Amino acid sequence: MYTLLWLQGLTCNGNTQSLLNAENPSFYTLFDKINLLYHPSISYDVDLFEIINQIKNDKLPLTFLVVEGSITSDKRFFSIGDYSIAEIIDALKEKADYIIAVGNCACFGNIPANFDKNSDVKGLQFRFKEKKGFLPSNFKSKKGYPVINISGCPIHPQWFVSTILNLLYKKPVYLDGFNRPKELYMYLTHDGCTRNEYFEWKVELEEFGHKEGCLFYNQGCRGPLTHSPCNKILWNNTSSKTRAGMPCIGCTEFDFPLREDFFETKKNMGIPEEVPIGVSKRVYITITGVAKTLKNERVNKRLEETE
Amino acid sequence: MARQRLSKEQKKEEIIKVACKLFASQGYYNTTIPDIADAIGMSVGNFYNYFESKEELAKYIIQYSSKLLAQEIKKINETQLSVREKIFNIVRKFFEIAQQQPELIEYFLRVFLSNREVFDEGCEGFLCVSDVVTELMIFLEEGAKKGELRQQDFFPAFVTLMGPLGGLVFLYGEQVLPKEPYEYADEIAENIWRALKA
Repeated sequence: MYTLLWLQGLTCNGNTQSLLNAENPSFYTLFDKINLLYHPSISYDVDLFEIINQIKNDKLPLTFLVVEGSITSDKRFFSIGDYSIAEIIDALKEKADYIIAVGNCACFGNIPANFDKNSDVKGLQFRFKEKKGFLPSNFKSKKGYPVINISGCPIHPQWFVSTILNLLYKKPVYLDGFNRPKELYMYLTHDGCTRNEYFEWKVELEEFGHKEGCLFYNQGCRGPLTHSPCNKILWNNTSSKTRAGMPCIGCTEFDFPLREDFFETKKNMGIPEEVPIGVSKRVYITITGVAKTLKNERVNKRLEETE
Repeated sequence: MARQRLSKEQKKEEIIKVACKLFASQGYYNTTIPDIADAIGMSVGNFYNYFESKEELAKYIIQYSSKLLAQEIKKINETQLSVREKIFNIVRKFFEIAQQQPELIEYFLRVFLSNREVFDEGCEGFLCVSDVVTELMIFLEEGAKKGELRQQDFFPAFVTLMGPLGGLVFLYGEQVLPKEPYEYADEIAENIWRALKA
């Protein structure tokens, strides 16, 4: 029997909301295969502490311990019954086959870790980019994995479901430097964006609301700097932020809440301060100049007016 | 004694030097390939081993000059000097090149800027001078990022930096300057710094 226990720390519940939209398999199909021991938004007739005690005493196996939200040991800010979320995770950490952090708060601490009245807010194994989370940097769960981070604010349901299914079917899950599944986070948000033609020819979007133009130059889009498959695994199977004309805000990266203006590209002397991952500023500036000089007529027209 | 054979690149440099002088003094259209070959002492047939046409030579010269200046600015960019010191070094280096290889600057002013139609295809905009423009972009971007230069659009900053340099070497070419360009370097650098500083 496979089991899953879902716990929440400091969270807006966004990842749960997202997960309820899972398709193929849906939330309910997934939990046909896995016994959902407890979820704070769904379970109403089970005693969480009874479950925790059974797991602690090896009466109940725990395949997946899933945590949504940041961790704090300060009960003034968050507690479940008489316990802090930190105490509960501490009690269960040796019992789970896999521990999965869902969403940027559980991965990196995220927005709650920016709260200046409580310095004890962390992700499970990271605090922003440092491996100084609640669990030690060398921590591994029973099956030999560190905390598997599924970052995002929120996560796409498919990212969670595919990771769970890979583990369930004993497929290897390769992780990147932030312990995120490579299968998902080896892509950049930029990959698959329908505005890529405008990026290639450096055609800027001057104002919101147009299908034409790239959001990277003025509107602060983080697509070429952010690891996510948002334009590969579409949201609601339909679209993505950048396709719809909203800049990527880099919500799968540790520095998401550390940045200030999400709708403006930081520039010095009119030149972007940060350039796409993989190229030096020198190379990027050179190629930009060439692309701007060699005009592509198609990208300078409204889409409806192109041949 | 056998004359040491020059490599193809070295020979090209020799052609550039001679061609630049001829283009700048006689004008682009009044200079023929036989004129250039003659001035170097090579046959016209041999000239075509190096350049397929006068236009190709014209474009090559501007790319060569751009790379030469870009390499020098890149070295300055990679130092840990303050932005003010970097400006002084860029200006000094520019005038040093202008004095040592005046034909390159003359060519830039009197051929590249004056006969734009020659450079219509493949050299339009910044294409043939992208090396030097890239280095100046990096210089200005880093200066503004460090807070030493005032934030503004690229082009006003670019012409504030390069305009005085071009202006002075133009006056030098017109032989109206009482002193050598290099002797004006620090005053011009100070002007540029005061114009661009934060």
